[in-house]
Amino acid sequence: MSEFLSMGGYGLYVWTSWGVGVALLIALLIQSIAIARSAAKEAEATELLSPRRRRRKAEAE
Amino acid sequence: MKPKRKRLFIVLIGLLFVSAAVGFSLFALDQELDVFRSPSEIAEKGFPSGKRFRVGGLVEDGSVSSEGIVTTFRVTDGAHALTITYDKILPDLFREGQGIIALGALNAGGTFEAQEVLAKHDENYMPPEVADALKKSGHFKPEGGDS
Amino acid sequence: MHRFANPTRFLRLAAAVLPFSAAVAALCLGAGLVWGLFFAPPDYQQGDTVRIMFIHVPAAMMAMGVYAGMAISSAIALIWRHAIADLIAKASAPIGATFCFICLLTGSLWGKPMWGTWWVWDARLTSMLIMLFIYLGYMALWQAFDDQTKAARAAAILALVGAINLPVIKFSVEWWNTLHQPASLITMDGPKIHSSLLWPLLLMIVGFGAYYLTVLIFRVRAEVHQRRTRMLRMAQADRHAAMQAAE
Repeated sequence: MSEFLSMGGYGLYVWTSWGVGVALLIALLIQSIAIARSAAKEAEATELLSPRRRRRKAEAE
Repeated sequence: MKPKRKRLFIVLIGLLFVSAAVGFSLFALDQELDVFRSPSEIAEKGFPSGKRFRVGGLVEDGSVSSEGIVTTFRVTDGAHALTITYDKILPDLFREGQGIIALGALNAGGTFEAQEVLAKHDENYMPPEVADALKKSGHFKPEGGDS
Repeated sequence: MHRFANPTRFLRLAAAVLPFSAAVAALCLGAGLVWGLFFAPPDYQQGDTVRIMFIHVPAAMMAMGVYAGMAISSAIALIWRHAIADLIAKASAPIGATFCFICLLTGSLWGKPMWGTWWVWDARLTSMLIMLFIYLGYMALWQAFDDQTKAARAAAILALVGAINLPVIKFSVEWWNTLHQPASLITMDGPKIHSSLLWPLLLMIVGFGAYYLTVLIFRVRAEVHQRRTRMLRMAQADRHAAMQAAE
C-alpha cells in the first residue's frame, strides 16, 4: 500500500496532479449546478411579479 | 448585400487579416527563436567563451562521471561532442543516451559549464517490458531522432 | 439551426441529453481514474509519473476543443444573431479555462521530476499559457459591458481572434525546437502510446468530453434563466414607467 502511495518516489507529483484536478472538476460542477438552480428560482420569482402572468393565473382559478 | 451575408464577409476578411499578421510574426520569430545549438555548430563555427547559450544533444554512452557534486559528461549529435560540467542535481530522466538541453557558457578551456540541465523525452510511451522486448527484437527506435 | 434558437426547445433538448452525459462522464472518469492509477503499467522511461498523463492530456485536448467550440459558436452568434450560440460560448469559457489551468498545473508537476524544471518559456508551454489568458480576458469582457448585446459582440470578436492560437499550440512542437516532446496521440502514423497506457487515456478523454457537456448544460440553463429574468425586469420597469406617465 505504501509502495502504491509512493508511486516510485513520485507520489507527491502524481497525487497532487490528480488531487487538484479532481477537486477543480468537482468544484466547477457544484458551482454550475448552484447557479443554474438559483437563476431558475430568480426567473420564476420575477415572473410571478408580472401582471400578465398574474392575470392568467387568476383566470385559471 | 443582405446584412447576414455582409457580417459573414466581414468576419471572414477579419480572420484572414489576423491570421496573416500572426503568420508573419511567427515567421519572423522563427528566425530569432533559436532554442538550442548542436555540438557540431559549436565545433564548426566556434563560440566565444563566457556568452550564455543553450546546447542540446544526446548524452554520450560511457561519458558520465561524477566527482563530488560535479558531474561531467559529453553531449553528442553524432558528428561532434561537447564536454559539459554541472554542479547541481540532474533531472531523473538524465541517463546515457538521453536527449538533454543545457544552458550555460563555454569556459576558456572549451568546456561547457552548465547552469541548468533539462532532460527531453520522446513522444513514445510504453511499459518497461514492451521496451525490453522491442530492444531484444531490434525494433526499438532509440531516443533523439528528433532532438 | 434556428430551430434550436428557441430557448424553451433548447432547454428541453438539454434536459434529455443531461442524464446520458452525466452517466458517461461519471463512468468514464471513475473507470479512467481506477485504471490509470491502479492498473496501468509505469512507463519505461518516466516510471509512475506517466500517470499524470491521464489527467494532463485530456485537460489539454479539451481546453483546445472547448476553445474551438467557443470560437465556432461565437462566429454563429456574430453572423446569424443566433440566440443560444452566444450563451453557449459564454457558458463554455469557465469550463475551458478550468481545463487549461489543470493542463498547465499538471504539466508543471510532471515537468519538475522529468525535465528538471517547473516551467520553461518554450513555444508549447507559452502558447498554452496565452490561451488561459485569452479565456480569462474573454470572461472579463462579458463582465465589462452593461449592455449584454454589446458584450456578446465584443467577446465574440475576441474569441475569434484568439482562435489563431489553436494551430499555434498544436504545431508548436513541430515548428520550433521545444523541450516539450512532439504529439503522441494525434499524429500521422497513429498514436505512439502502448495500448496498456492508451486505453485508460482514451477513457479519460471521453470522460472529460462528457463532463464538459454536462457542466455546459447547467451553465447554459443558468444563462437562459438569467436572461429571462433580465427581460422580465425590463418589461416591468417599462410598464411601471407607462403607468406613472398615465397618472
